[in-house]
Amino acid sequence: MRTAGTIVTCLMALAAPAAAQSAAPAGASSCSGCHDARIASPAIPPLKGRPAPEIVAAMEAFRNGGREATVMGRIAKGYTDDETRAIAAWFSQR
Amino acid sequence: MRNASLDRRTLLKSAAAASAATLLHAPALAQSAPRVTVIGGGFAGATCARELKRSGVAVTLVEPNATYTACPFSNNVLAGLRPLSAQEFGYDAIRRDGVTVAQQRTSSIDPQAKQVALADGGRLDYDRLVLAPGIDLRFDALPGYDEAAAQTMPHAWKAGEQTTLLRRQLEAMDDGGTVVMSAPANPFRCPPGPYERASLIAHYLKTQKPRSKLIILDAKDAFSKQRLFQNAWTPLYPNLEWISLSSGGKVTEVDVKEKTLVTDFDRHKADVANVIPPQRAGLIAQLAGIADRSGWCPIDPVTFESRQQPGIHVIGDACIAGGMPKSAFAANAQAKVCAAAVAGLLRGETPVQPKLINTCYSLVAPDYGISIAGVYHPANGVLADVEGAGGVSPIDAPPSFRALEATYADTWFQTITTEVFG
Repeated sequence: MRTAGTIVTCLMALAAPAAAQSAAPAGASSCSGCHDARIASPAIPPLKGRPAPEIVAAMEAFRNGGREATVMGRIAKGYTDDETRAIAAWFSQR
Repeated sequence: MRNASLDRRTLLKSAAAASAATLLHAPALAQSAPRVTVIGGGFAGATCARELKRSGVAVTLVEPNATYTACPFSNNVLAGLRPLSAQEFGYDAIRRDGVTVAQQRTSSIDPQAKQVALADGGRLDYDRLVLAPGIDLRFDALPGYDEAAAQTMPHAWKAGEQTTLLRRQLEAMDDGGTVVMSAPANPFRCPPGPYERASLIAHYLKTQKPRSKLIILDAKDAFSKQRLFQNAWTPLYPNLEWISLSSGGKVTEVDVKEKTLVTDFDRHKADVANVIPPQRAGLIAQLAGIADRSGWCPIDPVTFESRQQPGIHVIGDACIAGGMPKSAFAANAQAKVCAAAVAGLLRGETPVQPKLINTCYSLVAPDYGISIAGVYHPANGVLADVEGAGGVSPIDAPPSFRALEATYADTWFQTITTEVFG
């Protein structure tokens, strides 16, 4: 399963340059309701331009309870590893 | 050609310079970029218009008001914690993005001709139409409660003059007075809203008029974040009483002259009455034939296209979004998914299966926030909850957690209003 997931992610990465400006992967567009680069809030950091591994690690920690959270623990549980990786890759390129 | 000549004729009749500019653009754009009209400039419509513009679509946003007054945080205005001006947003930044903003009322929609008629006589041809009409308050649902009654017993469920009216009444009330609220049955805009409002009005009474009390008459037996609210009310607001449907809380009639809310069991005389009546999708939804018998608009959960009128998409409070509540967060999330789907459909692409988030904060007190969150995806033809995700704040959290959520609530409002209007 992990291999299949990695292949999917690689394919998405290959397709990314063409689609980077328009197509947000599933589940990505809701994030900017709280995480916007134009509001310099230490409480809710922006996601645009953030390294993908950081976002993936944070989501994993929110999901398994390793990182303290208010709403992010509840939200992270709604995303698969593949979805999180695709979203992280997309935000990192913006 | 037909449309071009029609536009010229309309142009001659038009007195408004802004509308004239819109119409002059239309024939040229028809040859190049696909055209989308978005009706309604709230959280859903304004977000969708900007997103569509960014994806290369020619967009006209039709909104009769020059200023949008946001509902989230308007309960703070009622409690005297915030000026109404902090709720007001204009459309200049959206214009600067290249969206044509037509400050006009929509008079009719012709789905066959794919044309919107505006109140000033202007007409807009579209390839796809997005409707974000929000809600209308039903002044035919509760005997005695019509538009005139709302001047005496405000609903304040659309922020603006009604918010100011209710705030003035609360300020004028003597200490020792009774505030009576009426909450409707589901579905309605902002499910936790009546209970946040009750909390913040109770906070105002506790700090300014401590001998006063507040009663909520409810047409339901359960409500959003109920345990969290009630858990907080017991110590914070002993003068707040919630009367459920089973306990006789459903308001069946309103007596405006007596300022009294009538239930099957009792008459509740109020010094200040806040009636939140039943609701339905905004008038434009009824005009376009996209609302079903419930008064709300069934949609495809992938594209938000109407189940009743192909080529018309419905987002925000007006649509039936399955598990997603009627909230500003949900409206903004839906708008972004809808914009991507509409832009893709115009390019002949197959829409991707979306995933959406909702997060709603409520303030029980200025430094006491609680939240509900959910993640949604299309399943069995509706937007369903992703199992295992979502839920409400913990019931046993320390004050620091509540304070943090109050901070997040404030930051969320700044962020979302910047994304939508800034």
